Amino acid sequence: MRTLEASRITKAVAELCIAANVHADPGIREAIRRAYARESVCAAKNALDMIVQNMDAAAGEKMPLCQDTGMVVVFMDVGQDLRIIGNVTDAVHAGVAQGTREGFLRASVVRDPHDRVNTQDNTPAVIHYNLVDGDKIKITVMPKGFGSENKSTVKMLLPSDGMEGVVETVLETVRKAGAAPCPPIIVGVGIGGTMEKAALMAKEALSLDINGENADPHWAAMEKSLLEKINALGIGAAGFGGEATALAVRILTYPTHIAGLPVAVNLGCHVSRHKSAVI
Amino acid sequence: MEIFTPLTAETIEKLRAGDTVLLSGVIYTARDAAHARMAEALRNKKEPPMDYAGQVVFYAGPCPAPPGKPVGSIGPTTAGRMDAYAPALIAAGLKAMIGKGERSRAVTDAIKAHKGIYFAAVGGVAALLAKCVRSSQRVAYDDLGTEAIHKLTVEKFPLIVATDCTGESVYL
Repeated sequence: MRTLEASRITKAVAELCIAANVHADPGIREAIRRAYARESVCAAKNALDMIVQNMDAAAGEKMPLCQDTGMVVVFMDVGQDLRIIGNVTDAVHAGVAQGTREGFLRASVVRDPHDRVNTQDNTPAVIHYNLVDGDKIKITVMPKGFGSENKSTVKMLLPSDGMEGVVETVLETVRKAGAAPCPPIIVGVGIGGTMEKAALMAKEALSLDINGENADPHWAAMEKSLLEKINALGIGAAGFGGEATALAVRILTYPTHIAGLPVAVNLGCHVSRHKSAVI
Repeated sequence: MEIFTPLTAETIEKLRAGDTVLLSGVIYTARDAAHARMAEALRNKKEPPMDYAGQVVFYAGPCPAPPGKPVGSIGPTTAGRMDAYAPALIAAGLKAMIGKGERSRAVTDAIKAHKGIYFAAVGGVAALLAKCVRSSQRVAYDDLGTEAIHKLTVEKFPLIVATDCTGESVYL
């Protein structure tokens, strides 16, 4: 059986935190360039240009793309044939603290929702574990900014609400969010399962390739039609109007109960960050 | 056009929603936690962290400054979270706010009544905006870390007028 020191996890998480915050996703960069070419509203076009300039500035200066370096969400796909020496959860938190310190990232976490005292090292992370085949760990680090997180929703629709209800829930979420989630946004949608499963799928959807599509033709078509409807809302880049309200809609689904149709919509800003490593 | 702090009534009255400006001069950061304290100080008639008269508040919490730089990445946070506090600060003399996103009716009314102005900066371009910051100094609420009040000197900071002194907005 393969063994792994937990300190390896700490090192990987620290490196991923910094890389995710400094280096823009190439897929997003491409999508921003396409949106820039299409945009006709002057202020919005200027904002799209600044977004690309910012990607160069961040990489050149080794500084975070956004000052909101997020509450760190970590997906851990742990191979069930791997034996880890040391406490895995502690190792992940230690990695977040190390990355925050070494990368000059912002400490944005408070220890208790009531007294709101800053923990000063951006810990704890929010960690999701999956057991998978094999003897490796895939770590995905997603620093999640709260301009977009605050505008996300979970709604327990009923079967009779149907796909129209799903579409309206997504559009209503984006409409109400306006400029706050830093458009052009990425829209993660989780449909089915239970309340928390829908929310988790919406989050995971934000880690998918924004230029990809759902494997099921029904859902792929819905991703496409939702994107068109969102980009007809007129919010636009930075909320300054125009067509570039969203770059992508990604949907994940799961079987659900005969009585329910849970829908979660998790918004990601134009710097939507996620980086993975396998160790 | 380039505008300078302290902002004069003449400058503010000329600006209209949608205008792009480059702001130079001194501005102060303050976000959620600092606003809660500023509001409490106003309510209890305690010493404010600064003289609000004619000032510009930037809704922002910067990243730590890397070696050799005056400030880390810095950009606007959602202004709506400060809506509960802003009218009292505007009444106390605050002239301008910088943030992102829509404001409430109460804030728009206060802007109109006191001839203030609300600017939007582009969110999520914080490495680029940091290049416009010449100096940064923590001047109040040091214990709040990134949420402390920072006095910034900025040069040609790119903004768009989001709510002008007549109450018109750039947003839908």
